[in-house]
Amino acid sequence: MRLAYTEDQELFRDTVRDFLADRCTTADVRAAWAADTAISARWVELAKVGVTGIVVPEEHDGLGMGDEELAAVLVEAGRAALPEPLLESAVAAGLFAEFAPDAGWLAEIAAGRAAASVLLPGQRLAVEAAAADVLVIGLADGDLHVATPADCVLTAQRSVDRSRKLFTVDFTPTARTLVASDTQRALARAADRGALGAAAQLLGLTRRMLDTTVEYAKQRVQRGVPIGSHQSVQHHLANVLIKLEFARPVVLRAAYSLARDLPSAARDVSMAKIYAGEAADLAARNCLQVHGAIGYTEEHDLHLFMKRAWALGTAWGDAGVHRDRIAADLLGDAPAPPTPAF
Amino acid sequence: MDLEFTEQEQEFRREARAWLTANVPAERLPSMDTREGFEAHRAWERKLFDARWAVVSWPREYGGREAGLTEWLIFEEEYYRAGAPGRVSQNGIFLFAPTLFEFGTREQQDRYLPAMAAGEEIWVQGWSEPEAGSDLANVRSRAERDEERGGWRLSGQKIWSSRGTWGHRLFGLFRTDPQAQRHRGLTYFMVDLAAEGVTVRPIPQLDGEPGFAEVFLDDVFVPDADVLGGVDEGWKIMIATTGSERGLNLRSPGRFAAPANRLIELYKRDPRPAERDAVVRAWMDADAYRLFTFGTVTKLQAGGAIGADSSINKVFWSEMDVELHATALRLLGEAGELDDGDGGWLDGFLFALGGPIYAGTNEIQRNTIAERILGLPRAK
Ligand SMILES: Cc1cc2nc3c(=O)[nH]c(=O)nc-3n(C[C@H](O)[C@H](O)[C@H](O)COP(=O)(O)OP(=O)(O)OC[C@H]3O[C@@H](n4cnc5c(N)ncnc54)[C@H](O)[C@@H]3O)c2cc1C
Repeated sequence: MRLAYTEDQELFRDTVRDFLADRCTTADVRAAWAADTAISARWVELAKVGVTGIVVPEEHDGLGMGDEELAAVLVEAGRAALPEPLLESAVAAGLFAEFAPDAGWLAEIAAGRAAASVLLPGQRLAVEAAAADVLVIGLADGDLHVATPADCVLTAQRSVDRSRKLFTVDFTPTARTLVASDTQRALARAADRGALGAAAQLLGLTRRMLDTTVEYAKQRVQRGVPIGSHQSVQHHLANVLIKLEFARPVVLRAAYSLARDLPSAARDVSMAKIYAGEAADLAARNCLQVHGAIGYTEEHDLHLFMKRAWALGTAWGDAGVHRDRIAADLLGDAPAPPTPAF
Repeated sequence: MDLEFTEQEQEFRREARAWLTANVPAERLPSMDTREGFEAHRAWERKLFDARWAVVSWPREYGGREAGLTEWLIFEEEYYRAGAPGRVSQNGIFLFAPTLFEFGTREQQDRYLPAMAAGEEIWVQGWSEPEAGSDLANVRSRAERDEERGGWRLSGQKIWSSRGTWGHRLFGLFRTDPQAQRHRGLTYFMVDLAAEGVTVRPIPQLDGEPGFAEVFLDDVFVPDADVLGGVDEGWKIMIATTGSERGLNLRSPGRFAAPANRLIELYKRDPRPAERDAVVRAWMDADAYRLFTFGTVTKLQAGGAIGADSSINKVFWSEMDVELHATALRLLGEAGELDDGDGGWLDGFLFALGGPIYAGTNEIQRNTIAERILGLPRAK
């Protein structure tokens, strides 16, 4: 029994962390806010570190890793509020690997020459649908399609987090776009990968908000003492740390279960999404409170992380959806939906 | 990562489960805070000891199985799953014994550990005093040197001593150097509660039973042999003990998994949809606590230490325990107020309410988390 990453996994994660500290500053995130797409020159550099090809099989130039490594890296993406659609591309890559390995997209994604987005059954919004090179679209009847933005009518929507370029997608399936049928199970698994990835990012966001605020509370002086020496402030931040420390092993376990396709995987993922979402939500509130009015501005960086946290809290199934799934499993008072209805 | 148990660990689980299934009393024992219940619980401890299940992680020579941390967790899961009685000897075996193993002399270990494991001597924790609760360094009870008899004379008062009413021996801090700074000049003593000069006054807890005691000491003689660690070194030894209390030892995840599963059954028998979320929450928190503990064990097995992290642990389990039991009472509805109600939920609720207070109040734990883990400036 060992609930921790291996040394190799930690090494990979640390490399990504260092890269992002350098190449994804808050100024970079703000640049993504201002641009039409968040996909930037950084995408190719991420590919060089191996990040875009984490779940791409080795024979298609990827790293051939799985959910554990993906989650470890997405924690770092969350910490940096990385604006690129890393998770969406990874979910798409997983579906390519299973149903269309020879369509040519896998190596393109691994090399950072292409970015992909997804739209799974029940999902209404696709991230970066216009700038992505390819869209993987799963339908409720189990048909899986691969399309380009030109095959769809895309309508831009505005997220609270302006670096998330969201679109509603009007798509008419054709025989040309169809790549597989009866993929319900794979689509459910892809949705779970998405929820796990969102949970992992939420952990990183929580850590970033907490660290930023601890620093602030040490510096900011009122009534002659640093505000961090006040017990009410200390307790706000201690509560965030408690939430974070208990969400962490829950997310780790979900990655473990999903990577091995264990029977409990769906429930474990739902629990991870709930715990990480709650940690990030509490972090956003308490960190805002501790910052006072400066936190309530767009001039301060805190909002970049808060807004990403709010966005990811509802994406890939909100807390209610995931609680329902767990309740159905534990209490048996409703059939457990295989796919979270987003 | 590897969340499987080894074949050896699974075999250990099967063995524990088989023994517990055959031996756990069918009827719930009376409360250990009654005279009758105290003795019934001691008899149960003896039975556990005879089968080598009382202290699985201890060395064989003291009645243990030399089980590792993971096996200990497994045993605890099986123990509570089987609905076995609460451990009347817990303050001895879980809190005091680790200290005795670390700081005690060989003679002290030989003298006290076997009797503790067998339930012959029930140990009582004597930290709190009327003026020393959250501020433990304010201990006023003192010990004066008695050169002639080769020991110390203890005077003062301890309070809120769990199981002090019927317990046999007390461990606690006494001031040996009145001139020294607050944390210095304290010494850790082991005191025989039957010694001359000791008066015990039972105090009823919320459930009406005398679970607390006030212990008055008036010139109680304690030989040098019952000083634990060095004279004036008591504080750092005490810190090691409270670490066990907040951390793993006292509250294994099995302890919460069992009632969480019973809560699910309670809900299924009589679903109240308004409580559905709370039931799921209680189950998830117990599960998260188990995972968190796995993480701690992984860290310890890799040579790490728990340290201030035990404060995170403590706040979580104590608050989870209250919510879990409060949810059960809401599920019971009108029957929730009945003293001998279904499944002992009311007793469990009353007991859980102490969790955020003992082992260092949760306010103090949050201060510790903020200052020692997050590095915020000390509160003035
Ligand atoms: C069920 C139970 C069993 C117990 N068993 C034992 C036992 O076996 N042996 C033993 O020695 N003791 C035992 N205790 C006592 C326990 O350790 C003390 O109650 C605890 O340390 C708090 O001390 P106090 O009761 O004096 O409260 P106080 O210290 O007076 O605190 C009262 C309130 O003020 C808050 N407070 C105090 N100081 C601060 C501060 N600096 N910052 C913020 N808030 C603060 C506290 O958090 C609390 O909410 C037990 C208590 C309970 C409830």
